[in-house]
Amino acid sequence: MNRMRLAAALAGCAGLAVLALLPMYADAYYLALAIGLLQFTVLATAWGLFSGPTRYVSLATTAFFGVGAYTVAVLGELLPWPLVLLIATAIGALMAVIVGLSTLRLSGLHFVIFTFGLAELIRQLVIWYEVNKTRVLGRYVFVDITQKDIYWQLLVLAVAVFVIGWLIARSRLGFALRIIGEDETVAKHCGINVTIAKVTLFAISAVFMTLVGAIMAPRWTYIEPSIAFNATISFEVVIMALLGGAHRLWGPALGAIPLTLLFEFLAARFPTASTLIMGVIFLLIVYALPAGVVGLWDNFRRQWRPQRVEQGAGA
Amino acid sequence: MDEKSLWEENMGSSVTRFAAGLLAVTGIALFAGVGPAQAQSSVKIGYALSRTGPNAGGAAVTTLPNYEMWVKEVNAAGGLKLGDKRVPIEIVQYDDRSSAEEAARALERLITQDKVDFILPPWGTGLNLAVGPILNKSGYPHLASTAVTDRAPELAKRWPNSFWLLGTSAGAANTLVDLLVKLRTEGKIGDTVAMVSVADGFGIDLSGAARPALTKANFKLAYDKTYPVGTQDLSPIVNEVKALNPDVFIAFSYPPDTLGLTEQARIAGFNPKIFYTGVGTAFPLFKQKFGANAQGVMGIGGWSGDSAPIKDYLARHKAASANGAEPDRWASAVTYASLQMLQQAIERVGKIDREAVIKDLQTGTFDTVIGKVKFENNLPTKYWWVGQWQDGEFYGVGPATNEGARAPIIPKPAWKAP
Repeated sequence: MNRMRLAAALAGCAGLAVLALLPMYADAYYLALAIGLLQFTVLATAWGLFSGPTRYVSLATTAFFGVGAYTVAVLGELLPWPLVLLIATAIGALMAVIVGLSTLRLSGLHFVIFTFGLAELIRQLVIWYEVNKTRVLGRYVFVDITQKDIYWQLLVLAVAVFVIGWLIARSRLGFALRIIGEDETVAKHCGINVTIAKVTLFAISAVFMTLVGAIMAPRWTYIEPSIAFNATISFEVVIMALLGGAHRLWGPALGAIPLTLLFEFLAARFPTASTLIMGVIFLLIVYALPAGVVGLWDNFRRQWRPQRVEQGAGA
Repeated sequence: MDEKSLWEENMGSSVTRFAAGLLAVTGIALFAGVGPAQAQSSVKIGYALSRTGPNAGGAAVTTLPNYEMWVKEVNAAGGLKLGDKRVPIEIVQYDDRSSAEEAARALERLITQDKVDFILPPWGTGLNLAVGPILNKSGYPHLASTAVTDRAPELAKRWPNSFWLLGTSAGAANTLVDLLVKLRTEGKIGDTVAMVSVADGFGIDLSGAARPALTKANFKLAYDKTYPVGTQDLSPIVNEVKALNPDVFIAFSYPPDTLGLTEQARIAGFNPKIFYTGVGTAFPLFKQKFGANAQGVMGIGGWSGDSAPIKDYLARHKAASANGAEPDRWASAVTYASLQMLQQAIERVGKIDREAVIKDLQTGTFDTVIGKVKFENNLPTKYWWVGQWQDGEFYGVGPATNEGARAPIIPKPAWKAP
């Protein structure tokens, strides 16, 4: 087992090195595709980080993503880039804590609806502020950041989300969250501070989403509320995480990668019908793969293991 | 064992179902992928337009019909004239789903995968700005004909391959105020103005430019409020404004509110000397909806409705559209003119040489449906900013110095019962 771990770690490092060197030989299109893949991998994994163990379905992805993008739109030309990212992190975390404290008492459908409304609420707040205070709507982002820089930043973020996810799963927090996911009342009776656990994880997940928005913003030059707070992102992320399977750390990535490639294929091949075909595929996923790719994998493994035991017993 | 077989059955069926679905989708994909063989020598022109999402409406009225009509016309004539032979246009098109990220990626696909010779721009300010750096980096000419941005002069400098045909929102607001000043000097209007604007890019930019211009020209701004995008009930605004009895009503509005405000004003009998509404006033839909009541309504845009090339363009557009749809009287003709400019530049260069085409666009003079156009610092020198419905046509009335400018009908005639 230890040797396998080592091999996996080595393979991971080698793969990471290849990924880091990718911008050196990929053309603009493949770089853009790689950026898309990393973007959704981070978003879906960050989503799974919170929603996997707690089983809260959040549609707030675009709220945090948009806040990140807007932070760059407002501060991008004024402050050095690392500082901008740091501020985006702080704003994302703060917002998640406020939202988390006020809403994570809701459960099930109420939470889904609230998070969906959250993106709209923040969008309206931004509009209100821009209309009445700054009197500009639509901001220009002219910062000196190339596509390669965006790619590398997203790659670092992707590594970070997996490392942090792995650490959380092995921490007391991760254990607490699994109990909460199974039965919140039991968790409370065990003496777990349910609210703090949930809000902490929600904030960690939100920070990653905010940072993706911040890193992606320089790609578009122009940011307005309808571009930054695009509700489609929330739904895409949920469907990706569901396809992959949100109860494993690496599950959402297994959904994000094939679906991003599929969207790209459909957009290139069926420019006029891609949205329609996408809808059909979403239906198929929910209908046929309720536990996602990970569920499929777990089932295969479960099937394979007892067989071995039976064989051993027979011999 | 029982448990296992039960599970296998479930598993089997769900996998089969998924596989069958996937197979069906792949089948459609393969089937649709087999297209007719491509012509050998062609000029490949690509574009990504919003076929779905919030931008789809604008793209479907202003941009797509003109792109399709132009390609059809050029190919009917044998194609683009390169040197002494004619080469047909081949189109590669995508849906940007109204998303900046999709638009950026679609253009990168057009450039590096499809290797198109030229690219036609997307619809709208946001998307044109999103693709600006990509077109600039790859050296493609960028004729943005549906983007209104105050940064146009700066963008043209930053991206010398880009041309901003629709001008700046300050230009739109200042032309309107200039016209008001002229009419006040002539004694046709007084100096109370009521202004409303939609709380979105267009309304904020224009009211932001108009506010100081009106104050500077000593107009009394009796009313100055914004309303959210998608406001359904506009009657409170109209009633409040009516009570103030202004001479001039200005609404920097979007199409649904343009129709809504006009309808409410008619119902409430609010009939100021100047009634000006925003995007959508220039749409053929406006005339269809209000008929004779459109008479005298002013709005953003306009064209030289009396000029022969415009009349000809209108007739061709009606003939080319599936349902005889008319073009809008603002960005449509400009979009078509931008295609004519691209064509003339390509034909003057005589080969696929994008750098030379950009140079020709920067320096050449072009004969288009909107008249002779010559760029100065990548911007046109004249725009139609104020139009007015007069006898079923939306004529340009401002700037009054433009060739073909009509005298505005002041005061606006009273609303008739429909």
